[in-house]
Amino acid sequence: MTLATYLDYVILPILTISVILVFIRLYKGPEVVDRVVALDLLITIGIALITVYSIRSLEPIFLDVAMILALIAFLGTISFSFYLDKKK
Amino acid sequence: MTDILIGVISTIGALAILFASIGILRMPDFYLRLSVTVKASTMGVGLFLTCAAIIFPDVSVTTKAIATVFFLVLTAPVGAHMIARTAYHKRIAMWKDTVMDEYENNIEEKDTEQKEQEH
Repeated sequence: MTLATYLDYVILPILTISVILVFIRLYKGPEVVDRVVALDLLITIGIALITVYSIRSLEPIFLDVAMILALIAFLGTISFSFYLDKKK
Repeated sequence: MTDILIGVISTIGALAILFASIGILRMPDFYLRLSVTVKASTMGVGLFLTCAAIIFPDVSVTTKAIATVFFLVLTAPVGAHMIARTAYHKRIAMWKDTVMDEYENNIEEKDTEQKEQEH
């Protein structure tokens, strides 16, 4: 069993199940802050997915995308909390 | 050898992320969900980026991976703190079995100060 098969048949399905579970919370989330946290976790899992894909296809250039996604996730959470705090 | 190492590390990372997503679905209130999510997901992504740093024999990739992990470790607690403060100010309900709420008194003092300033 090579590393590529292992990543394809074990790691990526686990991450996909995680994305589905977080999406249920994003859909249900009783308050808006729950949805913000779910969105943050979704982007974090996206970084992990991009990293796994970059390892699997041996293309290190994809890691740039992961870095920018990390920046945007932080910006999104901070701005959501700032404006929600201001709103009340 | 490298393949086995990467298999083990990425399995631990994937399981950490899976536990984070199970936690965000199953935990009873917002604060517990936040507490589960931030730590476990940061650990999982950190392990995956460690895998990338190991498999690519290139200084630029290692630097990139270290920079991303450093940024995540730096910003995840800050974002979690901000959103938890917002939730507390909006009076999101806590779980019925919550034992301790040390921030309560601070909030009341702040509210009275604001009322005094308004008068």
